[in-house]
Amino acid sequence: MKRFARGALTLAIWLTVWAALALLVHRELLLPAPWVVVRRLCELAATGAFWRITAVSIGRVLLGVLGAVVLGVATAVACTASKTADALLRPLMTVVKSTPVASFVVLALIWIARDWLPVFIALLMVLPVVWSNVCTGIRSADPALLELARVYGWPRGRVLRRIYVPGVRPHFLAALRSGLGFGWKAGIAAEVLTVPHSAIGRMIYESKLYLQTTDLFAWTLAVILLSVGLERLVLRALTPRGKGGGGA
Amino acid sequence: MIEARDLTVTYDGRAVLREVDLTVPDGAHIALMGPSGCGKTTLLRVLAGLQAPDSGTVRVEPGRMACVFQEPRLLPWRTAAENVNAVLSDRAQTMPQALAWLERLELGAACDQYPAALSGGMQQRVAIARALAYDAPVLLLDEPFRGLDAALRDRVTALIADAAKDKTLVLATHDAADAAALGCAVYAYADGAFRRDP
Repeated sequence: MKRFARGALTLAIWLTVWAALALLVHRELLLPAPWVVVRRLCELAATGAFWRITAVSIGRVLLGVLGAVVLGVATAVACTASKTADALLRPLMTVVKSTPVASFVVLALIWIARDWLPVFIALLMVLPVVWSNVCTGIRSADPALLELARVYGWPRGRVLRRIYVPGVRPHFLAALRSGLGFGWKAGIAAEVLTVPHSAIGRMIYESKLYLQTTDLFAWTLAVILLSVGLERLVLRALTPRGKGGGGA
Repeated sequence: MIEARDLTVTYDGRAVLREVDLTVPDGAHIALMGPSGCGKTTLLRVLAGLQAPDSGTVRVEPGRMACVFQEPRLLPWRTAAENVNAVLSDRAQTMPQALAWLERLELGAACDQYPAALSGGMQQRVAIARALAYDAPVLLLDEPFRGLDAALRDRVTALIADAAKDKTLVLATHDAADAAALGCAVYAYADGAFRRDP
């Protein structure tokens, strides 16, 4: 309750700052007031098009994140099992991590259809995060427990289920938490740059193009709310409840 | 039957075990005794196959063995009962067996607790329950009574002695009373090797 009150107070302070600035500027084109933005978002949310566009954008980002999870876990397993795989993949991940989204978007536009490009970009942005965290999780498996497994003759599958999976879980969830936010931002940025059909990014781009600043703010607010909601939903679904130990 | 020949193990150029010979016939109980750092744990680790010697050979037959380490080594994400059941089938049908062992170790009330909620002594008893439940013909015990008070220690020792009466048992300890309670022939450390006390 105390945490909620503190959160509400923080939000109120920043909304007041925003409102004060908006009143000071007094031009909706430059900075619309918070209540104007919220009203516009409510108007948008009352249309079917808003939900269709939102669903397509969420679908793209989730598909990208899912691809990153599958590829990230597979490459992390390969890198921790084989020095050769690690030597080959580590520099690649460093390059992916360090390359700006815009560079990838411009490059990938040559190879990939614009409707699918945000999926690819979300995947690329989340992949190094998942890979790095899962690698850390696997490498931090307790050697004492691995010795226990050897003494009791547990086969590989059992060692994986009993030691590695529960040990990696907190690292994986941390990766998912930051990866989802990352993927969402990168995916929307890619949509803004490539302007695919049915996309939040397209709506942001068009708002900017036609100087509809209130719409730009309303869609941005939608992106923020969806990011927070999505992260909570996915993590709640993946976090086991009622267990005493969730991590290594 | 455990047979070790000419075992040498060195750490940073210092020989912890030097040409150690050890034969433990089937069903025999022996205790490796000596001061801390003399190589008791190292020898147990070599016998358990957890560490390769620099030279020498080890033969343990049959290979199936249970081990109680100095630390409990419990899976932190599993309850006490699940930890014991992990060395059985890990399925529901062997859970009563796991629970029975925890009862015998006076941990019936703690069977649903996760290791983090148990004291050090309770965790160690879960580790002992796990080793005994595994019912292997060879039992390796490395200072297994850490964190147990005197009265409990006596009851747990009696329980192990009873459960291990037909098994081959190797105990690493510095306490002669533990060795006697488990009916062990004492192999004392001297000059880099363990020799049978006359």
